[in-house]
Amino acid sequence: MAQPKSAKNTGKTPLLSALQVSKSFGDFVANQAINFTIYPGELHALLGENGAGKSTFVKMVYGLLQPDSGHFEWQGEKIQLSNPQQARATGIGMVFQHFSLFEALSVAENIRLALPAEYQSEDLAAEIASKSADYGIPLKADQIIADLSVGQRQRVEIMRCLLQNPALLIMDEPTSVLTPQETEQLFAVLRRLADQGCAVLFISHKLDEIKQLTSRATILRGGKKVAELNTRDKTTRQLAELMVGSQITDIKRRKPPAKQIPLFEVAGLNRPALSPFEVALKDIHLTASKGEILGIAGIAGNGQGELMEALTGEWCQPADHRIQLAGRELSAAGPLARRKAGVCFIPEERNGHAAVPSMNLAENALLTSYEDAKTVSGGVISQQETLLAAEKIARTFDVRRPSANPLASALSGGNLQKFVVGREIIKKPAVLIVSQPTWGVDVGAAQFIRKAMTELAEQGSAVIMISQDLEEIFAISHKIAVLNDGHLSAARPAGDMTAEEIGLLMGGAAETAQKARRAAR
Amino acid sequence: MIILHPRKEIPLQLTLLVPVVSVVITLILGALIFAFLGYHPLAALYEFFIAPLSRPDQLGNLLVKACPLIIIGTGLVFCYRANIWNIGAEGQLVLGALGAGWVALSFPEATTPFLLVAMAIAAMLAGALWAAIPALLKVRFSTNEILVSLMLTYVAALLIDWLVRGPWRDPKSFGFPLTKPYPDGGVIDPILIPGIGRLGQLHWGVLIAFIVAVIGWFFLSRMLGGFQVKLMGDAPRAGRFAGFSPGRVTLGVFLISGALSGLAGMIEVSANIGQLQPNVSFGYGFTAIIVAFLARLNPLAAIVAGLVVALAELGGDAAQISLKIPKVVTGIFKGILLFMLLAGETLTRYQLIWVGPGQAEAALSGNDKEADINV
Repeated sequence: MAQPKSAKNTGKTPLLSALQVSKSFGDFVANQAINFTIYPGELHALLGENGAGKSTFVKMVYGLLQPDSGHFEWQGEKIQLSNPQQARATGIGMVFQHFSLFEALSVAENIRLALPAEYQSEDLAAEIASKSADYGIPLKADQIIADLSVGQRQRVEIMRCLLQNPALLIMDEPTSVLTPQETEQLFAVLRRLADQGCAVLFISHKLDEIKQLTSRATILRGGKKVAELNTRDKTTRQLAELMVGSQITDIKRRKPPAKQIPLFEVAGLNRPALSPFEVALKDIHLTASKGEILGIAGIAGNGQGELMEALTGEWCQPADHRIQLAGRELSAAGPLARRKAGVCFIPEERNGHAAVPSMNLAENALLTSYEDAKTVSGGVISQQETLLAAEKIARTFDVRRPSANPLASALSGGNLQKFVVGREIIKKPAVLIVSQPTWGVDVGAAQFIRKAMTELAEQGSAVIMISQDLEEIFAISHKIAVLNDGHLSAARPAGDMTAEEIGLLMGGAAETAQKARRAAR
Repeated sequence: MIILHPRKEIPLQLTLLVPVVSVVITLILGALIFAFLGYHPLAALYEFFIAPLSRPDQLGNLLVKACPLIIIGTGLVFCYRANIWNIGAEGQLVLGALGAGWVALSFPEATTPFLLVAMAIAAMLAGALWAAIPALLKVRFSTNEILVSLMLTYVAALLIDWLVRGPWRDPKSFGFPLTKPYPDGGVIDPILIPGIGRLGQLHWGVLIAFIVAVIGWFFLSRMLGGFQVKLMGDAPRAGRFAGFSPGRVTLGVFLISGALSGLAGMIEVSANIGQLQPNVSFGYGFTAIIVAFLARLNPLAAIVAGLVVALAELGGDAAQISLKIPKVVTGIFKGILLFMLLAGETLTRYQLIWVGPGQAEAALSGNDKEADINV
């Protein structure tokens, strides 16, 4: 019991292999004929951008999803993983990015709740203590979860896996919630696990960490495996190149406006993180000029949501930062006042943020137009006006609907997104600030939305687009800045920037990126 | 292990069918309990639901009983639509009665009907002020409005008890805890129907109940204020994004429901009692919670729901008298009704997922938004 199963595995037999594994969701190919091997005691990185197919792949390994074709082999024998219990029985453990712990219960109680019957033991506390000593995981069985830091909570999740003696431990973006010190401690634990023969599959997009921790990496891009390599042999720059691909630089950009007229300016924006899952914004400066699209690239969870809230005015704290529209002070203004001044917003989340699924399109049109005297007079909503407004948006932006005024939840994601984008663009705002405009939207709708934003800019508006989709950033932005861990890099003309450079900035390797830039000159 | 997972879409037939099924299950369970206790189940249900409708004066009494339930229920609809849990309508009702009583007792000679208007305003102000306490504490200090509003109910009950036994007691009441009778101008008249005369206890306040429900419906479905209330309940993030303040909505719905509860308290005393006494309400503030949910949080439907619940209340009284069914049993019956309605509401909004031990982690992370994005 005390020894990991993997201790028995010696020699060159791969612990787990994937052979030509494919998985599609509808028309979308998430994984295409992926081959993958991991050996006992190996620290292996799975690297890729958002949407590259990392999560789909590990969900198949953990039995949460089943491949459409291809299969897995465990120690050379074909296996089928129909559910997570089966995966765990085989010897696969997984630590998720978001923990599921009961705050009011102790460490031991949480672990007992999640352990399958066959691993339950009389003296769980003693077993936790012995594992803690084995792997150097400082953890006390009687501590209450609410008192623990994020790093300590993660250790509880790791302990939960270790008590089932896994031969393969999957860590899904484990460092995204950790401080640098906690990351160091985690790496020490993972190295120790590997020394004792447990293989670790480490999912990340942070290039420096991958070089620091792992020996081998499999890189996914657009659902395909693009490389399998020894991380020690490659520079972070080469890894970045493989991760984002260099073909994206080929897309033709529109010409930026001849004259720079700054319209919307943010200076010195700081926002503390109020919970462990928030990212603090650190001294953000940005300027959007007339007729220009400013693309803000970055990987999810680097402060995009926090930045968007600060820009919309949903997070609005009197502080020393400045937000100005053509010289007019807006930093203390709420969303309504900013909208009235001519700054319109499209948040990332359609359901429950940019739109209300349980309300119809007319009511959803009202959401950002109730200040209009024609729509609401004397506190009474004009049914006719809101219906007309919804109809006009739907017509202009080709929103396909099952009826004239359906509930927002009855529209497909792409059509609802077209509605939400159209609702703001139709007002011809001086500034449009949009987050992830084409997230989860089919190709046709995405093209339509990008075209609409481009046309808005051509008519003299300033557009700020926060997006995790590099291709999109390159396709329509005139200037690009990168958000990483709450820092926003200085915006530079898109033509000046290469994909590798942006990839490095996204991975947080700012210095390496500067060097790369100097070298490019 | 069972997981409650929010439904993506709620089919219309489910919305309509669930309250009916809830009532039917309540009837079945009620019949079983009556049978178990040795009463004829059908006779008991007859006393409960049919007997109160069999005479014209009983119909009048039914409307009178429904009147405070409809008014308070309409106010509670606003709170619950905004996902704000005001459980203290009973206390707000008592404060309304006190506010109105204070005005009435200050003008002992008044005969003008304007006194009723002043009393109604005082009652609404007093109820709203009482409701503002849990609202402001919630907005400012994030306290739990359920606890605060409920506890204030007991404070209100003690307050009226002290007033009618102490400072406000009529010196000529022979030691009974009663205030002086209200002046003529402070009493709501019965409705006299030509040719029939009085219909039970039917009074003009009942008309107010219908007007309140209709205005409430108009406000909630046609006005920007109502839109904000629904938005806060359905999608608070979208509400903030639109530029509405959650704190103001919280305060607003509490003030509306407190004012309406106060109005109900004023009508109840002015129409049925005519003076203040330690008990001015038969738990209307709590019963109205059932009304709000039975109405599926629609003020117009609160009229129907108020009548249904009033019927069950009157039926309970009738069953006590004619079949000697104890009061606690009728209470159990009402409890089952509320439980079934709330269970039905939950099952309408959520679906049950059964998972084995140790599977919860996987099932939860499978539903995780983050995990769904990273395909």
